[in-house]
Amino acid sequence: MSYLTLSVTLIFVLIPLVLSKTLKLGLEKDTIIATVRSIIQLLAIGYVLQFVFDTENNLFIFLMVTLMIVTATLNARKKGASIRGITWKVAATLVFVEILTQSILLGFRITPPEAQYIISISGMVIGNSMVLAILFLNRFTAEVEARQGETELILSLGGTPKQAIHSQLTQAIKASMIPTIESQKTVGLVQLPGMMSGQIIAGADPVQAVQFQLLILFLLLTTAAVTSIMLGYLSYPTLFTERMQLIKGK
Amino acid sequence: MDKGYVPAIHFQQVHYSVEDVHILKEITGSFPEGRITTLVGPSGAGKSTLLKLCNGLLSPDSGEIFIKNIHINSYEPVQLRRLVGIALQSAPMIRGTVMNNMALPKVLQGQTLPEQEATELLDDVGLETDFLYRSIKDLSGGQRQKVSIARTLVNRPRILLLDEITSSLDRSSTQEIEELIVKINQKYGVTIIWITHNLQQAIQVGDYTWVMMEGEVVETGESELLKAPENEKVQRFVKGEGEE
Repeated sequence: MSYLTLSVTLIFVLIPLVLSKTLKLGLEKDTIIATVRSIIQLLAIGYVLQFVFDTENNLFIFLMVTLMIVTATLNARKKGASIRGITWKVAATLVFVEILTQSILLGFRITPPEAQYIISISGMVIGNSMVLAILFLNRFTAEVEARQGETELILSLGGTPKQAIHSQLTQAIKASMIPTIESQKTVGLVQLPGMMSGQIIAGADPVQAVQFQLLILFLLLTTAAVTSIMLGYLSYPTLFTERMQLIKGK
Repeated sequence: MDKGYVPAIHFQQVHYSVEDVHILKEITGSFPEGRITTLVGPSGAGKSTLLKLCNGLLSPDSGEIFIKNIHINSYEPVQLRRLVGIALQSAPMIRGTVMNNMALPKVLQGQTLPEQEATELLDDVGLETDFLYRSIKDLSGGQRQKVSIARTLVNRPRILLLDEITSSLDRSSTQEIEELIVKINQKYGVTIIWITHNLQQAIQVGDYTWVMMEGEVVETGESELLKAPENEKVQRFVKGEGEE
Protein backbone atom coordinates (compact mmCIF):
# COMPACT_ATOMS: atom_id res chain seq x y z
CA MET A 1 0.00 0.00 0.00
CA SER A 2 1.42 3.39 -0.99
CA TYR A 3 1.42 6.40 1.36
CA LEU A 4 -1.00 8.10 -1.06
CA THR A 5 -3.45 5.21 -0.70
CA LEU A 6 -2.93 5.25 3.05
CA SER A 7 -3.77 8.93 3.20
CA VAL A 8 -7.10 8.20 1.46
CA THR A 9 -7.99 5.96 4.41
CA LEU A 10 -8.25 9.11 6.50
CA ILE A 11 -11.82 9.22 5.17
CA PHE A 12 -12.50 6.72 7.98
CA VAL A 13 -11.33 9.35 10.46
CA LEU A 14 -13.35 12.11 8.84
CA ILE A 15 -16.63 10.20 9.21
CA PRO A 16 -16.57 10.04 13.07
CA LEU A 17 -15.28 13.65 13.17
CA VAL A 18 -18.25 14.89 11.14
CA LEU A 19 -20.66 12.77 13.20
CA SER A 20 -19.18 14.06 16.46
CA LYS A 21 -19.41 17.67 15.28
CA THR A 22 -22.97 17.27 14.01
CA LEU A 23 -24.24 15.54 17.14
CA LYS A 24 -22.12 17.77 19.44
CA LEU A 25 -20.48 14.75 21.07
CA GLY A 26 -17.34 16.75 21.79
CA LEU A 27 -15.06 13.91 20.66
CA GLU A 28 -13.30 15.77 17.81
CA LYS A 29 -10.19 16.68 19.79
CA ASP A 30 -9.74 13.17 21.21
CA THR A 31 -10.32 11.62 17.79
CA ILE A 32 -7.65 13.84 16.19
CA ILE A 33 -5.17 13.15 19.02
CA ALA A 34 -5.82 9.40 18.76
CA THR A 35 -5.32 9.49 14.99
CA VAL A 36 -2.09 11.50 15.14
CA ARG A 37 -0.72 9.34 17.96
CA SER A 38 -1.52 6.08 16.21
CA ILE A 39 0.13 7.30 12.97
CA ILE A 40 3.31 8.40 14.75
CA GLN A 41 3.47 5.39 17.10
CA LEU A 42 2.79 2.75 14.44
CA LEU A 43 5.12 4.27 11.85
CA ALA A 44 7.84 4.58 14.47
CA ILE A 45 7.38 1.01 15.65
CA GLY A 46 7.36 -0.15 12.02
CA TYR A 47 10.84 1.30 11.48
CA VAL A 48 12.06 0.03 14.86
CA LEU A 49 10.79 -3.48 14.12
CA GLN A 50 12.43 -3.44 10.71
CA PHE A 51 15.73 -2.52 12.37
CA VAL A 52 15.38 -5.20 15.09
CA PHE A 53 14.40 -7.90 12.58
CA ASP A 54 17.32 -7.00 10.33
CA THR A 55 19.90 -7.05 13.12
CA GLU A 56 18.54 -10.22 14.85
CA ASN A 57 20.24 -9.05 18.06
CA ASN A 58 18.83 -10.61 21.26
CA LEU A 59 19.50 -7.44 23.22
CA PHE A 60 17.09 -5.48 21.01
CA ILE A 61 14.45 -8.19 21.39
CA PHE A 62 14.85 -7.97 25.17
CA LEU A 63 14.61 -4.17 25.09
CA MET A 64 11.48 -4.25 22.94
CA VAL A 65 9.73 -6.70 25.26
CA THR A 66 10.83 -4.71 28.31
CA LEU A 67 9.44 -1.53 26.78
CA MET A 68 6.12 -3.27 26.17
CA ILE A 69 5.97 -4.50 29.78
CA VAL A 70 6.86 -1.10 31.25
CA THR A 71 4.27 0.71 29.12
CA ALA A 72 1.56 -1.89 29.88
CA THR A 73 2.38 -1.74 33.62
CA LEU A 74 2.15 2.05 33.75
CA ASN A 75 -1.19 1.92 31.97
CA ALA A 76 -2.75 -0.90 34.04
CA ARG A 77 -1.62 0.28 37.48
CA LYS A 78 -3.90 3.34 37.35
CA LYS A 79 -6.94 1.10 37.91
CA GLY A 80 -5.49 -0.32 41.11
CA ALA A 81 -4.15 2.86 42.68
CA SER A 82 -5.78 1.92 46.00
CA ILE A 83 -3.73 -1.29 46.23
CA ARG A 84 -0.31 -0.92 47.85
CA GLY A 85 2.60 -1.78 45.55
CA ILE A 86 0.33 -2.25 42.55
CA THR A 87 3.07 -1.24 40.08
CA TRP A 88 5.42 -4.10 40.89
CA LYS A 89 2.50 -6.52 41.24
CA VAL A 90 1.33 -5.75 37.70
CA ALA A 91 4.92 -5.80 36.41
CA ALA A 92 5.63 -9.17 38.07
CA THR A 93 2.44 -10.60 36.58
CA LEU A 94 3.27 -9.40 33.06
CA VAL A 95 6.85 -10.66 33.30
CA PHE A 96 5.65 -14.06 34.54
CA VAL A 97 3.04 -14.37 31.79
CA GLU A 98 5.61 -13.42 29.15
CA ILE A 99 8.21 -15.91 30.43
CA LEU A 100 5.62 -18.69 30.77
CA THR A 101 4.17 -18.29 27.28
CA GLN A 102 7.51 -17.82 25.51
CA SER A 103 8.99 -20.78 27.40
CA ILE A 104 6.18 -23.02 26.13
CA LEU A 105 6.33 -21.67 22.58
CA LEU A 106 10.10 -21.87 22.28
CA GLY A 107 10.58 -24.91 24.52
CA PHE A 108 8.19 -27.06 22.47
CA ARG A 109 9.46 -25.44 19.25
CA ILE A 110 5.96 -24.27 18.38
CA THR A 111 7.41 -21.02 17.05
CA PRO A 112 10.98 -20.41 15.86
CA PRO A 113 13.29 -18.35 18.10
CA GLU A 114 13.24 -15.38 15.73
CA ALA A 115 12.65 -11.73 16.51
CA GLN A 116 9.57 -11.39 14.31
CA TYR A 117 7.80 -14.23 16.15
CA ILE A 118 8.95 -13.35 19.67
CA ILE A 119 8.14 -9.66 19.44
CA SER A 120 4.82 -10.05 17.61
CA ILE A 121 3.53 -12.72 19.98
CA SER A 122 4.88 -10.85 23.03
CA GLY A 123 2.93 -7.79 21.87
CA MET A 124 -0.28 -9.77 21.76
CA VAL A 125 0.35 -11.54 25.07
CA ILE A 126 1.38 -8.40 26.99
CA GLY A 127 -1.37 -6.31 25.42
CA ASN A 128 -3.99 -8.88 26.31
CA SER A 129 -2.52 -9.31 29.79
CA MET A 130 -2.69 -5.54 30.30
CA VAL A 131 -6.38 -5.42 29.35
CA LEU A 132 -7.07 -8.38 31.65
CA ALA A 133 -5.22 -6.64 34.49
CA ILE A 134 -7.30 -3.49 33.97
CA LEU A 135 -10.56 -5.45 33.88
CA PHE A 136 -9.58 -7.41 36.98
CA LEU A 137 -8.45 -4.39 39.02
CA ASN A 138 -11.52 -2.41 38.04
CA ARG A 139 -13.88 -5.15 39.17
CA PHE A 140 -11.88 -6.21 42.22
CA THR A 141 -11.62 -2.71 43.73
CA ALA A 142 -15.36 -2.18 43.10
CA GLU A 143 -16.24 -5.54 44.72
CA VAL A 144 -14.07 -4.83 47.77
CA GLU A 145 -15.63 -1.38 48.18
CA ALA A 146 -19.22 -2.56 47.72
CA ARG A 147 -18.93 -5.63 49.97
CA GLN A 148 -16.97 -4.24 52.92
CA GLY A 149 -19.74 -5.33 55.29
CA GLU A 150 -19.42 -8.95 54.21
CA THR A 151 -15.63 -8.85 54.49
CA GLU A 152 -15.85 -7.37 57.97
CA LEU A 153 -18.48 -9.93 59.01
CA ILE A 154 -16.22 -12.86 58.11
CA LEU A 155 -13.24 -11.26 59.84
CA SER A 156 -15.35 -10.57 62.93
CA LEU A 157 -16.39 -14.24 63.11
CA GLY A 158 -12.75 -15.35 63.13
CA GLY A 159 -12.18 -15.78 59.40
CA THR A 160 -8.82 -15.09 57.75
CA PRO A 161 -8.33 -12.32 55.15
CA LYS A 162 -8.26 -14.98 52.42
CA GLN A 163 -11.64 -16.32 53.57
CA ALA A 164 -13.02 -12.79 53.96
CA ILE A 165 -12.08 -11.74 50.42
CA HIS A 166 -12.52 -15.09 48.63
CA SER A 167 -15.94 -14.39 47.12
CA GLN A 168 -14.97 -10.90 45.88
CA LEU A 169 -11.70 -12.23 44.46
CA THR A 170 -13.29 -15.08 42.51
CA GLN A 171 -16.03 -12.76 41.22
CA ALA A 172 -13.41 -10.35 39.89
CA ILE A 173 -11.30 -13.14 38.35
CA LYS A 174 -14.33 -14.63 36.61
CA ALA A 175 -15.63 -11.26 35.40
CA SER A 176 -12.26 -10.32 33.90
CA MET A 177 -11.91 -13.65 32.07
CA ILE A 178 -15.43 -13.75 30.62
CA PRO A 179 -14.75 -11.40 27.63
CA THR A 180 -11.80 -13.56 26.50
CA ILE A 181 -13.79 -16.79 26.75
CA GLU A 182 -16.94 -15.33 25.20
CA SER A 183 -15.11 -13.76 22.27
CA GLN A 184 -13.49 -17.13 21.52
CA LYS A 185 -16.90 -18.78 21.34
CA THR A 186 -17.93 -16.60 18.39
CA VAL A 187 -14.58 -16.31 16.66
CA GLY A 188 -14.86 -17.17 12.97
CA LEU A 189 -18.65 -16.74 13.11
CA VAL A 190 -19.07 -13.14 14.21
CA GLN A 191 -15.55 -11.82 13.86
CA LEU A 192 -12.36 -12.68 12.04
CA PRO A 193 -9.39 -11.97 14.31
CA GLY A 194 -7.19 -9.07 13.22
CA MET A 195 -4.01 -11.07 13.02
CA MET A 196 -5.56 -13.77 10.84
CA SER A 197 -7.23 -11.20 8.60
CA GLY A 198 -3.93 -9.36 8.25
CA GLN A 199 -2.11 -12.52 7.22
CA ILE A 200 -4.78 -13.40 4.66
CA ILE A 201 -4.72 -9.87 3.21
CA ALA A 202 -0.93 -10.12 3.01
CA GLY A 203 -1.37 -13.24 0.86
CA ALA A 204 -0.81 -16.05 3.36
CA ASP A 205 -2.54 -19.42 3.03
CA PRO A 206 -5.88 -19.03 4.94
CA VAL A 207 -5.57 -22.47 6.57
CA GLN A 208 -2.09 -21.65 7.82
CA ALA A 209 -3.38 -18.27 9.02
CA VAL A 210 -6.15 -20.07 10.91
CA GLN A 211 -3.66 -22.47 12.50
CA PHE A 212 -1.56 -19.57 13.71
CA GLN A 213 -4.64 -17.76 14.95
CA LEU A 214 -5.68 -20.84 16.94
CA LEU A 215 -2.28 -20.86 18.58
CA ILE A 216 -2.78 -17.23 19.60
CA LEU A 217 -6.30 -17.87 20.89
CA PHE A 218 -5.14 -20.74 23.09
CA LEU A 219 -2.23 -18.64 24.25
CA LEU A 220 -4.58 -15.82 25.23
CA LEU A 221 -6.66 -18.21 27.35
CA THR A 222 -3.60 -18.98 29.45
CA THR A 223 -2.70 -15.30 29.51
CA ALA A 224 -6.17 -14.39 30.79
CA ALA A 225 -6.26 -17.05 33.51
CA VAL A 226 -2.72 -16.51 34.76
CA THR A 227 -2.96 -12.70 34.72
CA SER A 228 -6.20 -12.47 36.70
CA ILE A 229 -5.36 -15.18 39.21
CA MET A 230 -1.76 -14.11 39.83
CA LEU A 231 -2.65 -10.43 40.13
CA GLY A 232 -5.55 -11.33 42.42
CA TYR A 233 -3.45 -13.39 44.79
CA LEU A 234 -0.67 -10.80 44.80
CA SER A 235 -3.14 -7.97 45.49
CA TYR A 236 -5.53 -9.15 48.18
CA PRO A 237 -3.04 -9.45 51.10
CA THR A 238 -2.21 -5.73 50.83
CA LEU A 239 -5.83 -4.88 51.64
CA PHE A 240 -5.30 -6.16 55.19
CA THR A 241 -3.00 -5.31 58.08
CA GLU A 242 -0.82 -7.82 59.92
CA ARG A 243 -3.59 -8.00 62.55
CA MET A 244 -6.04 -9.14 59.83
CA GLN A 245 -7.89 -5.82 59.65
CA LEU A 246 -9.40 -4.47 56.46
CA ILE A 247 -7.58 -1.27 55.46
CA LYS A 248 -10.18 1.37 54.68
CA GLY A 249 -8.14 4.37 53.64
CA LYS A 250 -7.22 5.35 57.17
CA MET B 1 -17.60 1.57 89.12
CA ASP B 2 -14.77 -0.79 88.29
CA LYS B 3 -13.49 -1.25 91.81
CA GLY B 4 -14.12 -4.72 93.18
CA TYR B 5 -14.81 -6.21 89.72
CA VAL B 6 -12.64 -8.29 87.47
CA PRO B 7 -12.33 -6.41 84.18
CA ALA B 8 -13.31 -8.33 81.05
CA ILE B 9 -11.86 -5.51 78.96
CA HIS B 10 -9.60 -2.72 80.16
CA PHE B 11 -8.60 0.38 78.21
CA GLN B 12 -5.51 2.40 79.13
CA GLN B 13 -5.31 5.82 77.44
CA VAL B 14 -6.60 4.50 74.14
CA HIS B 15 -6.52 6.93 71.24
CA TYR B 16 -7.83 6.39 67.73
CA SER B 17 -8.02 8.80 64.82
CA VAL B 18 -8.78 8.75 61.12
CA GLU B 19 -6.59 11.22 59.25
CA ASP B 20 -6.87 14.34 61.44
CA VAL B 21 -10.17 13.46 63.10
CA HIS B 22 -9.84 12.18 66.67
CA ILE B 23 -12.50 9.50 67.02
CA LEU B 24 -11.44 8.32 70.50
CA LYS B 25 -9.45 10.44 72.94
CA GLU B 26 -7.43 8.91 75.77
CA ILE B 27 -10.05 6.36 76.80
CA THR B 28 -9.32 4.73 80.16
CA GLY B 29 -11.67 2.36 81.98
CA SER B 30 -12.98 -1.18 82.25
CA PHE B 31 -16.00 -3.28 81.39
CA PRO B 32 -16.75 -5.65 84.31
CA GLU B 33 -16.74 -9.36 83.66
CA GLY B 34 -20.04 -11.22 83.46
CA ARG B 35 -22.13 -8.04 83.46
CA ILE B 36 -24.07 -6.04 80.89
CA THR B 37 -22.54 -2.64 80.20
CA THR B 38 -24.35 -0.26 77.88
CA LEU B 39 -22.66 2.44 75.83
CA VAL B 40 -24.82 5.47 75.25
CA GLY B 41 -24.17 8.83 73.66
CA PRO B 42 -24.95 10.86 70.57
CA SER B 43 -24.06 9.70 67.06
CA GLY B 44 -20.38 10.16 66.26
CA ALA B 45 -19.31 9.73 69.90
CA GLY B 46 -16.96 6.85 68.97
CA LYS B 47 -19.02 4.00 70.45
CA SER B 48 -18.89 1.69 67.41
CA THR B 49 -15.17 2.36 66.99
CA LEU B 50 -14.62 1.37 70.62
CA LEU B 51 -16.38 -1.97 70.01
CA LYS B 52 -14.32 -2.66 66.90
CA LEU B 53 -11.15 -2.07 68.93
CA CYS B 54 -12.30 -4.73 71.41
CA ASN B 55 -12.87 -7.27 68.63
CA GLY B 56 -9.59 -6.42 66.90
CA LEU B 57 -11.27 -5.18 63.72
CA LEU B 58 -9.37 -1.95 64.40
CA SER B 59 -6.21 -1.17 66.37
CA PRO B 60 -5.65 1.96 68.45
CA ASP B 61 -3.09 4.58 67.42
CA SER B 62 -1.82 4.63 70.99
CA GLY B 63 -2.75 3.20 74.37
CA GLU B 64 -3.26 -0.36 75.54
CA ILE B 65 -6.22 -2.72 75.57
CA PHE B 66 -6.35 -5.78 77.82
CA ILE B 67 -8.82 -8.62 77.30
CA LYS B 68 -9.16 -10.72 80.45
CA ASN B 69 -5.97 -9.12 81.76
CA ILE B 70 -3.96 -10.18 78.72
CA HIS B 71 -2.73 -7.58 76.22
CA ILE B 72 -4.90 -7.64 73.09
CA ASN B 73 -1.86 -8.06 70.82
CA SER B 74 -0.92 -11.26 72.65
CA TYR B 75 -3.97 -12.93 71.11
CA GLU B 76 -3.89 -14.21 67.56
CA PRO B 77 -6.52 -12.14 65.65
CA VAL B 78 -8.61 -15.22 64.85
CA GLN B 79 -8.47 -16.41 68.48
CA LEU B 80 -9.41 -12.93 69.73
CA ARG B 81 -12.43 -12.64 67.43
CA ARG B 82 -13.75 -16.00 68.58
CA LEU B 83 -13.31 -14.98 72.21
CA VAL B 84 -14.86 -11.53 71.68
CA GLY B 85 -17.87 -11.87 69.37
CA ILE B 86 -19.62 -8.93 67.75
CA ALA B 87 -23.14 -8.55 66.36
CA LEU B 88 -23.28 -5.62 63.97
CA GLN B 89 -26.10 -3.10 63.63
CA SER B 90 -26.93 -4.03 60.04
CA ALA B 91 -26.87 -7.80 60.83
CA PRO B 92 -25.06 -8.60 57.55
CA MET B 93 -25.87 -12.05 56.20
CA ILE B 94 -24.35 -14.29 53.58
CA ARG B 95 -26.66 -15.60 50.85
CA GLY B 96 -28.59 -18.78 51.54
CA THR B 97 -30.45 -20.11 54.52
CA VAL B 98 -30.39 -19.48 58.25
CA MET B 99 -28.36 -22.70 58.56
CA ASN B 100 -25.77 -21.42 56.05
CA ASN B 101 -25.33 -18.35 58.23
CA MET B 102 -25.33 -20.24 61.51
CA ALA B 103 -22.70 -22.65 60.18
CA LEU B 104 -20.43 -19.86 58.90
CA PRO B 105 -18.20 -19.57 62.02
CA LYS B 106 -17.60 -23.35 61.91
CA VAL B 107 -17.06 -23.41 58.14
CA LEU B 108 -14.36 -20.76 58.59
CA GLN B 109 -12.58 -23.21 60.89
CA GLY B 110 -13.00 -26.08 58.42
CA GLN B 111 -15.67 -27.72 60.59
CA THR B 112 -19.39 -28.35 60.31
CA LEU B 113 -22.13 -27.21 62.68
CA PRO B 114 -24.24 -30.16 63.91
CA GLU B 115 -27.94 -29.53 63.28
CA GLN B 116 -28.69 -30.27 66.94
CA GLU B 117 -26.37 -27.46 68.06
CA ALA B 118 -27.90 -25.08 65.51
CA THR B 119 -31.44 -25.77 66.69
CA GLU B 120 -30.40 -25.33 70.34
CA LEU B 121 -28.92 -21.93 69.55
CA LEU B 122 -32.02 -20.96 67.55
CA ASP B 123 -34.09 -21.95 70.55
CA ASP B 124 -31.87 -19.78 72.78
CA VAL B 125 -32.63 -16.76 70.62
CA GLY B 126 -36.33 -17.56 70.50
CA LEU B 127 -36.66 -18.89 66.96
CA GLU B 128 -38.45 -22.13 66.06
CA THR B 129 -36.55 -25.08 64.59
CA ASP B 130 -38.30 -24.68 61.24
CA PHE B 131 -36.42 -21.41 60.72
CA LEU B 132 -33.23 -23.36 60.14
CA TYR B 133 -33.72 -23.92 56.42
CA ARG B 134 -35.59 -20.71 55.71
CA SER B 135 -34.07 -18.30 53.22
CA ILE B 136 -32.44 -15.24 54.73
CA LYS B 137 -34.54 -13.16 52.33
CA ASP B 138 -37.72 -14.25 54.12
CA LEU B 139 -36.68 -12.98 57.57
CA SER B 140 -37.90 -9.80 59.26
CA GLY B 141 -35.45 -7.31 60.77
CA GLY B 142 -35.92 -8.74 64.27
CA GLN B 143 -35.44 -12.31 63.04
CA ARG B 144 -32.25 -11.34 61.21
CA GLN B 145 -30.89 -9.79 64.40
CA LYS B 146 -31.69 -12.96 66.33
CA VAL B 147 -29.93 -15.09 63.70
CA SER B 148 -26.98 -12.69 63.81
CA ILE B 149 -26.71 -13.11 67.59
CA ALA B 150 -27.13 -16.90 67.37
CA ARG B 151 -24.40 -17.01 64.70
CA THR B 152 -22.04 -15.04 66.93
CA LEU B 153 -22.78 -17.47 69.78
CA VAL B 154 -21.64 -20.43 67.65
CA ASN B 155 -18.04 -19.45 68.53
CA ARG B 156 -18.98 -19.54 72.24
CA PRO B 157 -17.56 -16.07 72.91
CA ARG B 158 -16.87 -15.03 76.49
CA ILE B 159 -17.52 -11.38 75.59
CA LEU B 160 -20.36 -10.29 73.31
CA LEU B 161 -20.37 -6.87 71.64
CA LEU B 162 -23.72 -5.60 70.37
CA ASP B 163 -23.79 -2.57 68.08
CA GLU B 164 -27.23 -0.91 68.14
CA ILE B 165 -28.96 -4.18 67.35
CA THR B 166 -32.43 -2.91 68.18
CA SER B 167 -32.25 0.50 66.51
CA SER B 168 -34.43 -0.44 63.54
CA LEU B 169 -36.81 -2.82 65.31
CA ASP B 170 -40.37 -2.30 66.48
CA ARG B 171 -41.26 -2.24 70.18
CA SER B 172 -42.23 -5.90 70.36
CA SER B 173 -39.05 -7.17 68.63
CA THR B 174 -36.93 -4.82 70.76
CA GLN B 175 -38.42 -6.27 73.93
CA GLU B 176 -37.74 -9.81 72.72
CA ILE B 177 -34.09 -8.95 72.02
CA GLU B 178 -33.74 -7.29 75.44
CA GLU B 179 -35.02 -10.44 77.14
CA LEU B 180 -32.73 -12.52 74.97
CA ILE B 181 -29.64 -10.52 75.94
CA VAL B 182 -30.41 -10.87 79.65
CA LYS B 183 -30.93 -14.61 79.12
CA ILE B 184 -27.59 -15.03 77.30
CA ASN B 185 -25.84 -13.07 80.04
CA GLN B 186 -27.37 -15.19 82.79
CA LYS B 187 -27.31 -18.61 81.07
CA TYR B 188 -23.77 -18.47 79.70
CA GLY B 189 -22.22 -15.84 81.99
CA VAL B 190 -21.16 -13.90 78.89
CA THR B 191 -19.95 -10.32 79.40
CA ILE B 192 -22.07 -8.05 77.23
CA ILE B 193 -21.19 -4.60 75.91
CA TRP B 194 -24.20 -3.06 74.24
CA ILE B 195 -24.44 0.18 72.28
CA THR B 196 -27.92 1.61 72.44
CA HIS B 197 -29.64 4.92 71.74
CA ASN B 198 -32.55 3.89 73.92
CA LEU B 199 -31.83 5.26 77.41
CA GLN B 200 -34.76 3.43 78.95
CA GLN B 201 -33.33 0.20 77.59
CA ALA B 202 -29.92 1.04 79.07
CA ILE B 203 -31.48 1.59 82.49
CA GLN B 204 -33.65 -1.54 82.38
CA VAL B 205 -31.23 -4.03 80.86
CA GLY B 206 -27.77 -2.73 81.64
CA ASP B 207 -25.91 -3.18 84.91
CA TYR B 208 -23.48 -0.39 84.07
CA THR B 209 -23.35 2.48 81.63
CA TRP B 210 -20.66 4.46 79.86
CA VAL B 211 -21.81 7.78 78.45
CA MET B 212 -19.63 8.82 75.53
CA MET B 213 -19.47 12.17 73.77
CA GLU B 214 -17.10 13.44 71.10
CA GLY B 215 -14.69 10.56 71.57
CA GLU B 216 -14.52 10.80 75.36
CA VAL B 217 -16.09 8.90 78.22
CA VAL B 218 -17.85 11.64 80.15
CA GLU B 219 -19.61 9.61 82.83
CA THR B 220 -19.64 6.00 83.99
CA GLY B 221 -21.46 4.11 86.71
CA GLU B 222 -24.43 1.91 87.42
CA SER B 223 -27.14 2.35 84.81
CA GLU B 224 -29.32 4.25 87.28
CA LEU B 225 -26.94 7.19 86.77
CA LEU B 226 -28.88 8.00 83.61
CA LYS B 227 -31.82 9.00 85.84
CA ALA B 228 -29.78 11.69 87.56
CA PRO B 229 -26.44 12.30 85.81
CA GLU B 230 -23.85 14.59 87.41
CA ASN B 231 -22.21 15.84 84.24
CA GLU B 232 -23.99 18.82 82.65
CA LYS B 233 -23.47 17.57 79.10
CA VAL B 234 -24.97 14.23 80.07
CA GLN B 235 -27.92 15.98 81.73
CA ARG B 236 -28.62 17.82 78.45
CA PHE B 237 -28.17 14.59 76.49
CA VAL B 238 -30.59 12.69 78.74
CA LYS B 239 -33.17 15.45 78.49
CA GLY B 240 -32.85 15.29 74.71
CA GLU B 241 -33.47 11.51 74.90
CA GLY B 242 -30.74 10.31 72.64
CA GLU B 243 -29.28 13.35 70.91
CA GLU B 244 -27.31 16.11 72.49
